[in-house]
Amino acid sequence: MSEPVSPNGRRALDLVPKAEGKQTMKQFKSDQEVRWCPGCGDYAILAAFQSFLPTLGIRQENTVVVSGIGCSSRFPYYLNTYGMHSIHGRAPAIASGLATTRPDLSVWMITGDGDALSIGGNHLIHALRRNVNIKILLFNNRIYGLTKGQYSPTSELGKVTKSTPVGSADAPFNPVSLALGAEASFVARTLDSDRKHLTSVLSAAAEHQGSAFIEIYQNCPIFNDDAFEVLKNPETRDEAVVRVEHGEPITFGPDGAHCVVRRGFGLAVAKTAEVDPADIVVHDAHDPDPSYAFALSRLPGENLLHTPMGVLRDVPRPSYDEIVRGQLDAARTGKSLDDELDSLLYSGDTWAIV
Amino acid sequence: MAKQVRQLDRVVIRFAGDSGDGMQLTGDRFTAESAQLGNDLSTLPNFPAEIRAPAGTLPGVSSFQLHFADYDILTPGDAPNVLVAMNPAALKANLADVPRAADIIVNTDEFTKRNLTKVGYDANPLEDGTLDSYAVHEVPLTSLTVKALESFDISKKDAERSKNMFALGLLSWMYNRSVEGTEAFLRKKFANRPELVEANVTALKAGWNYGETTEDFAVRYEVKPAKLPAGTYRNITGNTALAYGLIAASVRAGLPLFLGAYPITPASDVLHELSKHKKFGVLTFQAEDEIAAVGAALGASYGGALGVTSTSGPGVALKGETIGLAVMQELPLVICDIQRAGPSTGMPTKTEQADLNMALYGRHGESPAAVIAASSPSDCFYAAIEAARIAVTYRVPVLLLSDGYLANGSEPWRLPKVAELPEITVDFATAHNHENPDGSTAFWPYLRDPETLARPWAIPGTPGLEHRIGGIEKADGTGNISYDPANHDTMVRLRQAKVDAIARDIPDLVADDPSGEARVLVLGWGSTYGPIGAAVRRLRDNGHHVAQAHLRHLNPLPANTEAMLRGYDKVVVPEMNLGQLSQLLRGRFLIDVIGYNKVRGLPFTAGELESALEEIVKNV
Repeated sequence: MSEPVSPNGRRALDLVPKAEGKQTMKQFKSDQEVRWCPGCGDYAILAAFQSFLPTLGIRQENTVVVSGIGCSSRFPYYLNTYGMHSIHGRAPAIASGLATTRPDLSVWMITGDGDALSIGGNHLIHALRRNVNIKILLFNNRIYGLTKGQYSPTSELGKVTKSTPVGSADAPFNPVSLALGAEASFVARTLDSDRKHLTSVLSAAAEHQGSAFIEIYQNCPIFNDDAFEVLKNPETRDEAVVRVEHGEPITFGPDGAHCVVRRGFGLAVAKTAEVDPADIVVHDAHDPDPSYAFALSRLPGENLLHTPMGVLRDVPRPSYDEIVRGQLDAARTGKSLDDELDSLLYSGDTWAIV
Repeated sequence: MAKQVRQLDRVVIRFAGDSGDGMQLTGDRFTAESAQLGNDLSTLPNFPAEIRAPAGTLPGVSSFQLHFADYDILTPGDAPNVLVAMNPAALKANLADVPRAADIIVNTDEFTKRNLTKVGYDANPLEDGTLDSYAVHEVPLTSLTVKALESFDISKKDAERSKNMFALGLLSWMYNRSVEGTEAFLRKKFANRPELVEANVTALKAGWNYGETTEDFAVRYEVKPAKLPAGTYRNITGNTALAYGLIAASVRAGLPLFLGAYPITPASDVLHELSKHKKFGVLTFQAEDEIAAVGAALGASYGGALGVTSTSGPGVALKGETIGLAVMQELPLVICDIQRAGPSTGMPTKTEQADLNMALYGRHGESPAAVIAASSPSDCFYAAIEAARIAVTYRVPVLLLSDGYLANGSEPWRLPKVAELPEITVDFATAHNHENPDGSTAFWPYLRDPETLARPWAIPGTPGLEHRIGGIEKADGTGNISYDPANHDTMVRLRQAKVDAIARDIPDLVADDPSGEARVLVLGWGSTYGPIGAAVRRLRDNGHHVAQAHLRHLNPLPANTEAMLRGYDKVVVPEMNLGQLSQLLRGRFLIDVIGYNKVRGLPFTAGELESALEEIVKNV
């Protein structure tokens, strides 16, 4: 997919030092024993990420992974990069401070549905709004795992859990819609078990200058098993998953039997055979107007039917860190800072006493 | 008419008016004129939190008190010798503080029936004898100003707004201060509106000339320059000094300064000031909330910057969890708490020093952090450098306590030479520090410097030192996750020992006891330094023996603290809280210190401390 560069022509990794020689997946594995539950979707994501990192071609020590709290947030311990396992919900703030001061780093953030959308919701939307150069991987399993099974802000209405024995009363967020509403410049969705797709989305995000938001549907076998089964089961997935590729007409299902068309202010699913081929929506991830991507994000009905997967939005927008660093560069005078400090202290109304 | 000139050694003036009357600006300008003249001075701005409370009401009164003298002074003065009251509300709100026989200058134009009723005056205090024991100068400031500006093509409203400059001109004449600096200031301030420059300058001069010509002001006063140590001086507020101190620390350490902040009274000026100094590489990040502000600062520290967050009490309450993370991760972090009256919203524009307990203990778990406090507006500069030095050297969060009084108050500051400022040494880890049994080497992020007990600061981008840190308990040395009971006990004690060890690296507490015969020690911390010092001076002038000591470091305390306290029969601890330092000293040393505690949102007056201390000194 052709990647739009930022308005000043910059790509996310331009300032990150390049690796000498070929890197291997092995060198990105830490010596720590991985301690997720057997069958957890996090294993697949970790493996995909470890094999993806060498493809970036940047120096190993210039990758940093920052996480919050939750099962997914243990991720940094298993990567032989720099990493910080921080506190609940605050990873976007910490990663923002790091990425803003260190353009030579590739900064990744690992979070979950509770971490990013509940306790850290404020930080997430503001990081996206600022467009700080961080890549956010939200592992969405639609449940609180580490605290053993309470409903999360992405659990479906009426979800019966330990804390909602007769069903939850609050409606869920659609994380992709939320990110788009927060002015995110890169928004994608993928699935833990689809390594190839997951890797392609990670690659696109890595190059994106500014914030990239990736929702990864991730299975929790203990507290919310098979939450995404409809998207994985060979018998249902073709009908359920709507793959989007920039520049390609959106069709899906067996032999492309279904397609996406415009309807009213939004989008709808139609039978390909029954519509004029010219009416089939051609996916445009670079559309400056986020309404299109938002409409796409609203396609799924009940039970995840018609869930778009892929890069929904990828547009150039100046990133916070490049703007503020530009301001600092413009202010520099070339004089020694000791001399500048001397001038600062002795500025304003001064008087001498002899 | 030749006017009489009388010599004074010190004067306290209070400008009081409506929030919209420009009293803070008037006070600032009079301060600058006095500084230029070489007086020592100290200021106390006092304003409501509301930007524009209803005009003419008591809650809308804003004041600025300035104490200037021909000798070194320590406080903004207990009571004004001169009150400038721009309206009835200003008179009513301030009269109780004004001693008999003092001068009161009132703007008679505002003493209308309606304005009097608004503040509950049944009769006009200018006429009913209320002010009989004062030297009242009735000046129609508004109408005189409007008249002086008749020929200007500006609105009546704009003309009336220049009345503060008329008042400033009059006071400048009375106290023999040059208005040249103010004229230059006005030309710069209103550069885009030349008509306002001329109007304000004209009003300023009209005020001066009014003093010169009218018979109501028969006497001019002179306060000679103070004999202060030789050097170059400027007037500085605590918040500006604190911001400069952070910049100086960044330059001295060779680390870029990152400030994460969320707007909050009275700390916002630190953010404003630092945002102006990008040429130093200072990056200011106005965060979405207090938690993000400290989080971003910690992220920047992790990346090798000098991470700082500035706030007031309510903000520190929100930052607690992140400060705890910094304790666990052992990263440098400076948290500036410009204290204000609490709890909750409290009184945002009023001062207090009741956040000491929060600074010391406001985190869960055994979570030691260093705590230091500034003692005067200019001392905020040095306190900021010291906070950064400790944070960077020991990889520990440091809470730097200032307060609203220091933040907005000002004093002359003898400027230091950059080369004389403390060095801050930064040593980032660059190499493996551990040898495995098989002879290979590794990087252990929690192996400590034997001297400081600091762990290595290995910043991302350093080859071969890739490692993971987090909030989960670390294994001693390797830094890997550990739930081992003995290891947790070890780590808790190590983190405490590291902070305790800072005591070896800070100066001993020094007592000021000129006669050497004092049996009573007055021990303070923070902004009470001035009032305590002034009270102690008065006691000594009256023949009493009393010692004074002041704490900069509150955690750890200087190594000789206990020994010093035990050297006196009585130890008195004045604090603008209910006894937080007293409690600490009693708990730590089993010494029954005597507290003097007031929480009124105002600094102590020297007079009240003098009385309280005299009782104790006499009865020891």
